[in-house]
Amino acid sequence: MQAVQFNLRSTSLIAKTLALSAAFVFGAMTNMSLLSSAQAEDQFISIPSYRVGPYGQNGQAFYGGFVDYLNKINMADNGINGVKLAWEECETEYNNAKGVECYERLKGKSGTSKGTAIHTMSTGISYSVLDKSQADKVPLIMMGYGRTDAVDGSVFPYAFPLVTTYQMQASAIVKFLVDKNNGSLANKKIVYLYHDSAYGKEPILALEAESKINRFKLVEIPVAHPGNEQGAQWLKIREENPDYVIFWGWGVMNQTALKAAQKVGFSREKIIGSWWAGSEEDVVPAGDAAKGYMSATWNVAGKGVPLIADIEKVVYAGGKGNLSDKAKIGTALYNRGVSAAVVTVEAIKLAQNKFGKGKVMTGEQMRWAFENLNITNQSLNALGATGLLPEIKTSCENHEGSGRVKIQQWDGTKWNLVSDWIEGNKALIHPLFKATAAEYAKEKNITPACLKN
Amino acid sequence: MIYRESGQFKTSYRADSQIFPILQDRVGISIILLIALVGVPLFAGEYWINAILIPFLIFSLAAMGLNFLTGYAGQLSLGSAAFMAVGAYAAYNFQLRVEGIPFLVSFFMGGCCAAAVGVLFGLPSLRIKGFYLAVATLAAQFFVVWCLTKFPWFSNNSSSGVISAQNLELLGFPINTPETKYLLVLTIVILMSLVGKNLVRSSTGRSWMAVRDMDVAAEVIGIHLMKTKLLAFAISSFYCGLAGVLYAYCYLGAVEPDGFSLELSFKILFMVIIGGVGSILGNFLGAAFILLLPIFLDITMPVISAVLSLPISNATVSHVQVMVFGALIIFFLIIEPHGLARLWSIAKEKLRLWPFPH
Repeated sequence: MQAVQFNLRSTSLIAKTLALSAAFVFGAMTNMSLLSSAQAEDQFISIPSYRVGPYGQNGQAFYGGFVDYLNKINMADNGINGVKLAWEECETEYNNAKGVECYERLKGKSGTSKGTAIHTMSTGISYSVLDKSQADKVPLIMMGYGRTDAVDGSVFPYAFPLVTTYQMQASAIVKFLVDKNNGSLANKKIVYLYHDSAYGKEPILALEAESKINRFKLVEIPVAHPGNEQGAQWLKIREENPDYVIFWGWGVMNQTALKAAQKVGFSREKIIGSWWAGSEEDVVPAGDAAKGYMSATWNVAGKGVPLIADIEKVVYAGGKGNLSDKAKIGTALYNRGVSAAVVTVEAIKLAQNKFGKGKVMTGEQMRWAFENLNITNQSLNALGATGLLPEIKTSCENHEGSGRVKIQQWDGTKWNLVSDWIEGNKALIHPLFKATAAEYAKEKNITPACLKN
Repeated sequence: MIYRESGQFKTSYRADSQIFPILQDRVGISIILLIALVGVPLFAGEYWINAILIPFLIFSLAAMGLNFLTGYAGQLSLGSAAFMAVGAYAAYNFQLRVEGIPFLVSFFMGGCCAAAVGVLFGLPSLRIKGFYLAVATLAAQFFVVWCLTKFPWFSNNSSSGVISAQNLELLGFPINTPETKYLLVLTIVILMSLVGKNLVRSSTGRSWMAVRDMDVAAEVIGIHLMKTKLLAFAISSFYCGLAGVLYAYCYLGAVEPDGFSLELSFKILFMVIIGGVGSILGNFLGAAFILLLPIFLDITMPVISAVLSLPISNATVSHVQVMVFGALIIFFLIIEPHGLARLWSIAKEKLRLWPFPH
């Protein structure tokens, strides 16, 4: 009897396993049929996004802004010269392996556009898809993150660390401090407190170079990922008693640092964060401890920009808003997502001007557009995006295109700008990029050359 | 009816001790190998190769490594990802610093370096067991990642700590397309599985199992404990290291130390547990389950929600996916604690008797 029961149970199990594998095959087939139904006349944009996981809050705001702007283009302007934008998101959870899977999955659906422009908003994923995007001939856009030496377009034709890089940002922050201290940082002490990862380590070379020029003492203190425990680091900072702390945090590490600073009694007005440590998601949870804290930013927060108000009017009133939490509209990261979409759409327009209006642009044509971008204040004005982001002018030698940031300060309820656009020391920083890019080219047997088209 | 071994007589020791003693199994495995070696490179799309098959094979190899140690030799380890990291970084450095070294040699040396580190962290296994050993291997996990982050030499002074895999070339033939990378990974995995299967059937494997089942008894019958345990650590780490090399060179292309986190170690451990502790086939089943199921759910859930017109956002899909995935793991563990491999062998037993079980 028992044997029979056992028998039955395992037979049903086998049936279940079979059913599962059948479901697998079925799933794959439906997936393929979806593939073929993608419409050819749309400009398809691959969006490997993240809205869950440890950095989900940041991703929601950024990709919310990104998608909202694309929606606005479709709704208010009926696409670009009649070409509608289409897109699909794939959840990466800020995980490199998942990011690669998403990249490949979206590539299969993208048709002629090859994905138009890939924004991963993750340095790790950018590194992982860098070679692939090069082979697939689709621009990889890393606005304010990523492989920063891709500034050298002769080695990295398809990678664009647009607007500005960590190194230029660090240099700009130092410049801001120099100005604040009447032109000299000599004999001052600056602590560099950073997320111990690719992101936090990239600016170190630049800061070391700056410390030699400006004769300040630099103390580097790493924080292990994810950074929700910083007691030891802040005790060390109190011991060092620096004049300023330059702070390269990300995610939960930011609020922890502000609270820890308050606990040891270090004035937040002497802390300057990077742009990934300068959003509402970072300071609101820290509450009172965040008051007076400053951070760099390459895009302006708030709803003061007409474009942002416009999106709320057109997209949200039309019921196509991407965010379920409307309070995120106008936050630093939301506006950053909008800025990234603005640049992408401007590049599509530019490409269409050269390669034919009303056509779907390929990855190669988009690459040309990103390398020949010229976004001026006039063109930003025309979009209603006055002052949202700095002017961008790219070339093969300069895939960065700007190198400017503003410094903003948190007053407890909102970010206030405390500086105009500050440009980092290009003469100091760009040769550093050139050197590491050359090393990369040597490692990979690439002969640096600018692509014509 | 189809799957029956009646009439197949073994007339020599060779025939009796082959890996697949039943004809139908041999036919089945040949078909699978033929599909994998010829069909997939010819017909499969880039997505299937790059995003599904290559990671599947690589994680199968890593799981196999851990299975030698945990499944066969009974030493619990949480350091698999660290050994993968050692393999990847070592191969990178050999390729970088030794002029003209063939990449297969640097792959092999990557595995050997991982084996050396494995033996080092296996030393505590001579004194401690079970959970305490797991904690000792946990130290390996944190130490290796710290070490690779701390000393920039390992990543050739890259300011970010990320290493970017060099181009591969075999006898003047570049390995840069998804198909060629897939074939490289597949060849290595087939070879290593063959070696692994024979290893666990040999005296080495038997002494591992003896140590696993009762180490005092094993010692009494003359098995040298230290040698056996350290050998298990070495071979296990070699496999993990090799998997790490392939992970860096054939899958991601660029890796950073943080990528080889404890989470990855756990993932590999789950593959072993779900697939089948002490089974070679189980590694493949486990890797498929852990890697492919989330992707499968990810792809089908939006379709299902569209068909049923449920308002499910991308984020919800991810949440539901985690829940379904967890539930399925619990389901399979309750139904069959010995893993999917055991389920498969039960199915085979049934098939032999089918359709007349009595």
